[in-house]
Amino acid sequence: MSLTLTPNIADPDGFYEFLVHSQRDMTDEEANRMNARLILILSNQIGDRERLRQAIQLAASSGRLP
Amino acid sequence: MFQAYTYPEFAYVPSVEQVEGRVVRHPVVVIGAGPVGLTAALDLAARGVPCVVLDDNNTVSVGSRAVCYAKRPLEIWDRLGLADRFIEKGISWKLGKVFFGDRQVYQFDLLPEDGHKCPAFINLQQYYLEQWMVEAIATQPKIDLRWKHKLISLRQEPDHAVLTVETPDGIFTMEADWVIACDGANSDTRRMVGADFTGQFFQDRFLIADIVMKADFPTERWFWFDPPFHRNQSALLHKQADDVWRLDFQLGWDTDPTEEKKPENVIPRVRAMLGEDVEFELEWASVYQFACRRIGQFRHGRVLFAGDAAHQVSPFGARGANTGVQDIDNLAWKLALVLDGKAPEALIDSYHDERAFAADDNLLNSTRSTDFITPKSAASRRFRDAVLDLAEVADFAKPLVNSGRLSMPTPYLESALNTPDQGEWSGKMTPGTVCADAPVIVNGQADWLLHQLGQGFTILSFGPAKAVTVAGLAAKPLIVGQDLEDAQGLVASRYDGKPGTCYLIRPDQHVAARWRCFDAGEVAKALARTCDLQGGV
Repeated sequence: MSLTLTPNIADPDGFYEFLVHSQRDMTDEEANRMNARLILILSNQIGDRERLRQAIQLAASSGRLP
Repeated sequence: MFQAYTYPEFAYVPSVEQVEGRVVRHPVVVIGAGPVGLTAALDLAARGVPCVVLDDNNTVSVGSRAVCYAKRPLEIWDRLGLADRFIEKGISWKLGKVFFGDRQVYQFDLLPEDGHKCPAFINLQQYYLEQWMVEAIATQPKIDLRWKHKLISLRQEPDHAVLTVETPDGIFTMEADWVIACDGANSDTRRMVGADFTGQFFQDRFLIADIVMKADFPTERWFWFDPPFHRNQSALLHKQADDVWRLDFQLGWDTDPTEEKKPENVIPRVRAMLGEDVEFELEWASVYQFACRRIGQFRHGRVLFAGDAAHQVSPFGARGANTGVQDIDNLAWKLALVLDGKAPEALIDSYHDERAFAADDNLLNSTRSTDFITPKSAASRRFRDAVLDLAEVADFAKPLVNSGRLSMPTPYLESALNTPDQGEWSGKMTPGTVCADAPVIVNGQADWLLHQLGQGFTILSFGPAKAVTVAGLAAKPLIVGQDLEDAQGLVASRYDGKPGTCYLIRPDQHVAARWRCFDAGEVAKALARTCDLQGGV
């Protein structure tokens, strides 16, 4: 099984707004703590260890500090 | 400090060999009279092997130290006739509660399966365990337990070891065909053979305290992450015998162990945990730090390492003494067969193979628990806290809570001593696995399956079977429906026992091989394989 990397979220702008706004009133630490909970909730939703491994690798290897 | 227990002082007795200045060769010398060394002596004696035990001290463990004893070591001590007393005095428990801050976020029940003689866990101070083993040894003429005997050097010859030992009367020399080093995590014996001992050190300290109190806390294991009375650290409360309670406080790295264990510093921590109005007496306090590491090879020539001398784990999960006793369970029968000339010396190497495999499993579990309990970075702390927060509101997070995975025996699934299965089997009794207990009836009396296995090889059969002998090694049949009655059908269900099914069981109560029908030739081959007889039969 492989990780879905094609667009899969309906109304992307609406989702992004909802995600960012959910942390609007939080400090960075509160938001970081929420993100950790969110990662665990979504990880359980995926469940499959191979997909989780791919997601973790992609997240760890992508991105650069500005 | 208050004393709920009076420490015995064992007499130093000069040995005849030292007095007469004779060098005597002993079959086995055990170094260290802790739980592992004492079990080694008793197991060897039960198998007919005389041994000498040397200990540099003259009393039992000071403080409760190892507290939780798991089902498998209790079964081993039951084989040696000791477990009833331990179980009667010990505190049986099965419920654990996990708190995060001031909230209970998770509760677990060990849910011990019915139909086993020994409970899942008991809590008992290590000094009782040692005292009663010393008492058992006093009635066992094959064991020569010598206090105030300190090993100061060791030299290896091809077929024995030469030990230099210091006593109050001076220094003398003794020889041993085999040495079992059970002298703990700081083993001098390990240094003497130049063995490596590598792994991960944790930069953290823990305060453990035994207190005596009459409190109506339930008999449960309570574990706190970041409690209001001890911010940013963990804490543990656990009951032992005689109204003694074990408290455990994580201190962090930047603390002074000498200061922390002073009563004037311990007592305020205890008050903060239990409340100002709880009356208690402080019995013992100690500060420790730990490492997760193991010796590269359990065998160095004629010296065999067991217990903490061979592997050191974090205390989370009660894997120290529990696995040490299982080392001895694995080693004693092999050593007895080799000393008796019934198995080649190579059988001893399987001790490393099987117990290093188990040690690695324990190290993995204990390292994972440690990383959960004491996160090493702000990011990992956030994940840890996220698990605890979610455990309160969603079931999925509960299995991620790791306040110590409690010790279970590691099956030797990859051992070369196993004969691989043919065909389909259900249940857990795969070759290399420790035998499950079950209630049985023998001669009209209720009894337990493990009691019927005896000290040698057993052919547990659900159909006709006969004794099998290979090169002086015998396996005795134990026939379900004839030698014992499967009172509740649990032997058949736990062993997938269809009519004709038979198992070859090792002297340490582990499955060596199994078949759907008895065939003396196949049993003989498996028996030879289990004893490492080259080329089989």
